[in-house]
Amino acid sequence: MLRRILSNDMPRSRWLALLLILLVLGLAFAPFLVPGVKAMNVAAKIVIFIVLVASFDLLLGYTGIVSFAHTMFFGIGAYGVAIASTTMGPGWVSLAAGMGWAIALSCLLAFVIGLFSLRVRAMFFAMITLAVGSAFASLASQLSDLTGGEDGLTFSVPAIISPGFEFGKPLFGVALDGRLICYYLIFGLALLQVLAMLRIVNSPFGRVLQAIRDNEFRAEAIGYPVIVYRTMAAVLSALFACLAGGMLALWLRYNGPDTSLSMEIMVDVLLIVVIGGMGTIYGAAIGATIFIIAQNYLQDLLAVVDKTSGSLPGVASVLSPDRWLLWLGLLFVLSVYFFPTGIVGTLRDTPERKH
Amino acid sequence: MSALALEGVHTHIGAYHILHGVDLVVPKGKVTMLLGRNGAGKTTTLRTIMGLWRASRGNIRFGGKEIAALATPTISAMGVAYVPEHMGIFADLTVRENMLLAARKARYVGDLDEDRLRWIFKLFPAVEKFWTYQAGKLSGGQKQMLAVARAIIEPRELLIIDEPSKGLAPAIVNNMIEAIQELKTAGVTTLLVEQNVNFAKRLGDHVAVMDDGIIVHNGTMAEFADDVGLQQHLLGLAL
Amino acid sequence: MTETEIQSPTSPRARFVRPIEFDMRPMLLIPAIALLALPLVGSPSTWLTLTLAGLAMGMIIFITASGLTLVFGLMDVLNFGHGLFIAFGAYVAGTVLAPLVAWTSSAELWRNLVALGCAMVAAMVAAAALGAAFERLIVRPVYGNHLKQILITMGGGIIGEELIKIIWGPTQIPLPLPEALRGAISFGDASLSRYRILAVCIGFVVFAALAWTLNRTKVGLLVRAGVQDREMVEALGYRIGRLFVGVFVAGSALAGLGGVMWGLFQQNLIPQMGLQVNVLIFIVIIIGGLGSTTGALTGALLVGLVVNYVGFLFPALTQFSSIGLLVAVLLWRPQGIYPVVGR
Repeated sequence: MLRRILSNDMPRSRWLALLLILLVLGLAFAPFLVPGVKAMNVAAKIVIFIVLVASFDLLLGYTGIVSFAHTMFFGIGAYGVAIASTTMGPGWVSLAAGMGWAIALSCLLAFVIGLFSLRVRAMFFAMITLAVGSAFASLASQLSDLTGGEDGLTFSVPAIISPGFEFGKPLFGVALDGRLICYYLIFGLALLQVLAMLRIVNSPFGRVLQAIRDNEFRAEAIGYPVIVYRTMAAVLSALFACLAGGMLALWLRYNGPDTSLSMEIMVDVLLIVVIGGMGTIYGAAIGATIFIIAQNYLQDLLAVVDKTSGSLPGVASVLSPDRWLLWLGLLFVLSVYFFPTGIVGTLRDTPERKH
Repeated sequence: MSALALEGVHTHIGAYHILHGVDLVVPKGKVTMLLGRNGAGKTTTLRTIMGLWRASRGNIRFGGKEIAALATPTISAMGVAYVPEHMGIFADLTVRENMLLAARKARYVGDLDEDRLRWIFKLFPAVEKFWTYQAGKLSGGQKQMLAVARAIIEPRELLIIDEPSKGLAPAIVNNMIEAIQELKTAGVTTLLVEQNVNFAKRLGDHVAVMDDGIIVHNGTMAEFADDVGLQQHLLGLAL
Repeated sequence: MTETEIQSPTSPRARFVRPIEFDMRPMLLIPAIALLALPLVGSPSTWLTLTLAGLAMGMIIFITASGLTLVFGLMDVLNFGHGLFIAFGAYVAGTVLAPLVAWTSSAELWRNLVALGCAMVAAMVAAAALGAAFERLIVRPVYGNHLKQILITMGGGIIGEELIKIIWGPTQIPLPLPEALRGAISFGDASLSRYRILAVCIGFVVFAALAWTLNRTKVGLLVRAGVQDREMVEALGYRIGRLFVGVFVAGSALAGLGGVMWGLFQQNLIPQMGLQVNVLIFIVIIIGGLGSTTGALTGALLVGLVVNYVGFLFPALTQFSSIGLLVAVLLWRPQGIYPVVGR
């Protein structure tokens, strides 16, 4: 039963399975385990990022394509929900309409980019997507009538998932309100999406993608039209990123250029997928969790260290919580050299003691 | 006395096992012909000698030194000139620049050995005629002349040429033979891969025949030329 | 190229000089676009200012891009962290200029130029050193693996940017122009920024130096040959690995120089400045054809002009104008304007 749900892609490692179980349970019961607004925010962000990073893994890890335009689709999804809710007023209809348009636009753009660029060498494609991604981010700021410019858009969501909606007395100290419902809605959707991605990568289609990644010429020689498969992978990857964006906007009830479209997020996604483990989907889950928790709580830890080491000037700035990207970058570079399979791959390779 | 000796050389290209234990002796100061059908492994052998492909097993000795594990530039600097099958002409550079590049000791065109250059111009008039033209504009045969000219602009101990007579007019083929024979008297060892058996017979002192990645015959050209049956057996049909 | 250097005395034919055919058409695009913009812009003086701005910007981009395109052409290595050398050079220059305030605030041009010269040399040396380290630690281990190259050079760039923030702080630092280079010269109605004129001059000098090195020296010959057929150059006995390190370091130095000029162009230093220019540089070298310095120059000038004209005429489309130009050029010549033969 479990095998079927996970599309036969078992963790294949005791440690990994343990981590994943902890992860799923932790996220499922997060609002109750760690009360407070911040914890639920962090949990929601983790859930959304898992989907976003997994969608990027589909492209990078399984198809072997580096695209720097990925957060563009994340942003389109978020803006779709934001713009629709702002112009059409809050409600399920506007959410559906917004997501509908966003998905259509994402798929179209992914299709065009795929068709145009995937014929060229990997280097070219990476460069072109970098250019397109940057340009799109600035476009969002420029079209301020539509997108709210630098300030972004703040909007309301359907009543049942809004904070104001209470449906019962607080349970275990946690308010039973629309926020909770919204969280579980996002959690459920994300779970379905991750399982769907597992299904995709373990299907015959997914295997062809991996064959193309490993040896393009051979795949073409056997008879698979490489450009078609790559374009389909690009479209699917964009689709899931777009959905993740919609979920983000839904949760934050706000969206702006820095929230979803920025290059910083693109870089974060890239780092996570490599450190977590390319080509595993589970790597996205583990990596995203560690990253977002670190991003929100490690900074507090570093701030404490910062205070105590305040007397040594050099140390202070190196350990400053703002500079955590330095450490992440180092970890990333070390991963590419020594742990190309990431956390998940390394866990899977660790021989286990026989019981 | 051998200038170049291969012993049990195997070469793999990816998953393909091309050379299955090549044993080849190239005598010093003589012209050795490497013959064989298409796909027999002749070009692979030359590339392996030059270090462009690494031998997975076996020894290659040049001038007494083991070169199988050395890098291509090192092997070349030991005194080996190589002309690949595709000629390796730098199409964007002029003929003059191609020649300058091949002359390792020269820093400017003025450093080129005038007498040597004159000798080359006599043998391969196209090189002189198109001296300032872009090499890519030359015809196939002219490029071939340039390729061989490059190999002989400076003295080398070992000359390795993959199909020297390809695309050349008969008059030029004669010039080529004359050039190689002149080099031979200067003590240069030559290893040529050839499809044209008549050319081979005219020029070669020794012959090695290759098939399916191994040497199936090795001996003097004199014996080989006399034995028509052997030629037909080894090389298939056309002579 | 003086053909009279030929040492072949015998044949009279040797005296006939046939220059290499050079495809002028793409270079003619530069004046073509400039002239096209004139009626659109309307006023000739504004057009003149914009054109100068475009050429200056193009030159600065060319200086930074020239190293990258040679590195890619020669060794198939694309450094996604190239922007790091740009930023580093700029910051080092800023640090060098600070104590030279007496010379930069002087109204005498020669003093300003000397101070600037010092800063530029310092920037180039620093960037070259960083480039050498980058090549050894980051690039060399991943030769041949394009995917890892993209990832790891990007990672290197990120680490570098954070290090810059640690050394110089994360906020922007102003980089004012030296006194005599501020302001503009009036040419009729048009105002021509002094600094931009200097940038164009420096750009020409760099191009001339590169062209001379590539065409008149044996090292340059090796680089040009290596870009076409690396294997054959090795078979001729040259260690191309060493050559590559040299080109990489030289390219980093040029990026550093470009960084100084970009910083002065913006009159501002921010840690992300490398990334800003990175995208433009990539566009330029694709347009120009990977491996070609002439292509990089043409591409850079085209991009500079187009971005400035569009920025004036249709500001919202500025960021897309360079991409639009890229698409247009690739539709015309998919390999770039001056593709390197043999790839």
